[in-house]
Amino acid sequence: MILLRILIRNAFRNRLRTGLTILGITIAILAFGLLRTVVSAWYAGVAASSATRLVTRNAVSLIFPLPLAYKDKIRQVDGVSHVSWGNWFGGIYVSEKNFFANFCVDPQSYLALYPEYILSDRERKAFLSDRKGFVAGRKLADRFGWKPGDTVTLKGVIFPGNWDFVLRGIYRGRDRTIDETQFLFQWEYLNETVRQRYPSRADQVGFYMIGVASPERAVDVAGAIDRLFKNSLAETLTETEKAFQLGFIAMTEAIVMAIQLVSIVIIVIIMAVVANTMAMTTRERIGDYAILKTLGFGGRQIALLIFGEALVITGIGAAIGMALTYPAARAFGSTLSNFFPVFNVARETLWLDLGAALVVAVVAAVIPTQRAIGIRIADGLRRIG
Amino acid sequence: MAVPFSYSLRNLWTRRTTTILTVAGMALVVFVFATILMLAEGLERTLVETGSADNVVVIRKGSASEVMSGVERAQAAVVEVQPEVAVGRDGRKLLAKELVVLIALPKRGNGKASNVVLRGIGPASLELRPQVRLVAGRLPRMGSSEVMAGRSVVKGFRGVGLNERVCCGLRDWRVVGIFDAGNTGFSSEIWGDADQFMQAFRRPVYSSVLFRLRDPREFSAAKARLETDPRLTLEAKRETRYYLDQSEIMAKFLRILGVSLTVIFSIGAMLGAMITMYSAVANRTAEIGTLRALGFRRRNILIAFLMESLLLGFIGGAVGIACSSLTQLITVSTLNFQTFSELAFRFTLSPAISAQAMGFALGMGFIGGVLPALRASRLNIVDALRAV
Repeated sequence: MILLRILIRNAFRNRLRTGLTILGITIAILAFGLLRTVVSAWYAGVAASSATRLVTRNAVSLIFPLPLAYKDKIRQVDGVSHVSWGNWFGGIYVSEKNFFANFCVDPQSYLALYPEYILSDRERKAFLSDRKGFVAGRKLADRFGWKPGDTVTLKGVIFPGNWDFVLRGIYRGRDRTIDETQFLFQWEYLNETVRQRYPSRADQVGFYMIGVASPERAVDVAGAIDRLFKNSLAETLTETEKAFQLGFIAMTEAIVMAIQLVSIVIIVIIMAVVANTMAMTTRERIGDYAILKTLGFGGRQIALLIFGEALVITGIGAAIGMALTYPAARAFGSTLSNFFPVFNVARETLWLDLGAALVVAVVAAVIPTQRAIGIRIADGLRRIG
Repeated sequence: MAVPFSYSLRNLWTRRTTTILTVAGMALVVFVFATILMLAEGLERTLVETGSADNVVVIRKGSASEVMSGVERAQAAVVEVQPEVAVGRDGRKLLAKELVVLIALPKRGNGKASNVVLRGIGPASLELRPQVRLVAGRLPRMGSSEVMAGRSVVKGFRGVGLNERVCCGLRDWRVVGIFDAGNTGFSSEIWGDADQFMQAFRRPVYSSVLFRLRDPREFSAAKARLETDPRLTLEAKRETRYYLDQSEIMAKFLRILGVSLTVIFSIGAMLGAMITMYSAVANRTAEIGTLRALGFRRRNILIAFLMESLLLGFIGGAVGIACSSLTQLITVSTLNFQTFSELAFRFTLSPAISAQAMGFALGMGFIGGVLPALRASRLNIVDALRAV
């Protein structure tokens, strides 16, 4: 107990400097926490993917469609429990800035595959019975103030023209990891219109979502589906939903890497600041340490004092930083909701915060401690300033 | 009379450890600031150099990039007969009807697939893009399953080397040549005959029509006629503008990321500088008293300490910029959100970025030093002299 009091007294001997250092650590931990959260938001799609869902797409690349006729063949594959399909629509709402994900899907089977999207029975029925109907996630509806019954017009980029939709339901996620910013409408609406305007592009789907009976069979089923369409005009590539999402992230890997690198750099910067503070503190107190040595305290006690002081300073800073991470992440997440639909602080991030604070404290105290232990008593007592 | 400059310089030298730590913190901030700006600059420059000002790209109205666009053969033929289209030396129009599709290829590093642009070209395509030079092999023959690959693709992806075969669309495409298009987006593409690709990928429409203007000033006339023609649903853009638009979101993303990160970082580094300067003032109280007693004014003391902290910033800035200039050797390859395809580009250090980074470093030094310097200049002579 006495030790802790000495440590705190020591740490606050120079209030201004310690205050500034703590402020620096707070900001660094806050920034580190936010960056880690950005990285985990990047992987949110992976975290939310189910082990019993497969994605089938054209093997050449995502921009090529698959024939609708495949659905019946896929359904016959052993182990397949659900088959749904859809297209990436890529529509623009008013301006390109208002980006959100919009798909058309086969509604009945898609909602069955995604039990984590929660819709009331009334809304579900309304959506299924309206060809022009759509459902939107809660966050998306809040963002634009849409209410059930509102008409929303999207400008097609892949499928030209203006497309009108009527909001028939607002879905909620089963928990916080579910993306609540999606826009889903009926595949049949797209297909009918496309058939009139561009007959050659009708009856094509962008991807199949497939439910398998049990996760252990996922790999076998994926292989069986791909074998089915080998050497056809549209060969398929089937992956688990997780692998599919990871594939997306791999394409933007450079950016994720950069953010991860930067979150380490910020720790190094703060390490330099804390090390600087500790170096100054020990330099000022060399005389004190010499007196302690004269009294018979060993190197170990002195090391304890210096390490303890560094730990007190970084600990206070880290605690404040971690406490601030939550409100900051909420503010950050709501302004960037169109980039990151899911933006939650993970528990792991807090552990990393603590670890980082510990490393900073230890590294910052090493050199000053060496110097304090190594100095000869006479030299220490003689020194002024 | 001003306090000599060497006073500030030698003070920094006396406190080497502290100076090095502070400078290191600042240098890191400047390094991050500069590299992110360099990344955005490199991306933009790559896409700007990709286009040429007297070329015009015609795509379907409302589509953001060639991949989403579709131009029917009949419509392409209408574009071809516009009077503004330049005529080449052999008497043929300098116009290319091109097809762009994306194919997924495994990357060399981790084997994960990423999207590569496969561009079906016409006979005039090469003349329209003088940046493209063949560096190995030969040009693909029109009407055959031969392709040539850009240098960044060959470097970044598996299975696209000379004489290797790329398999897709139920056909094997033999790579007979490797081309270099310098610092442009074309280096990240694979080129072959447009009509062959149309057959193989069952896309009966072109993606874009590219033509050279007879006279660069005629752009607005050509654009107005193409966009008001009731037979067409197309829009025309200068090629430079078209590629600039494609880098817009990505460059903006990088800039916002960079600026917000460095603002946070710089707070840390400024605090570091402030701590250093406060302690420099505290340790030198008696010295400051002596200087004042010798007749130096408050203003001189203020300037001397500010100078010291600006020096810290300057050294930090110089080290940071020097380190960031080394990153110019690195080529980054990532997915461009807008075109959904892989693009390779380099970190590019421009004089403007160096100036911004240095200004930033000096600003950090100034803000970190101004309060301590004020405190130093406000010290009372008698009290300061008495301090030990």
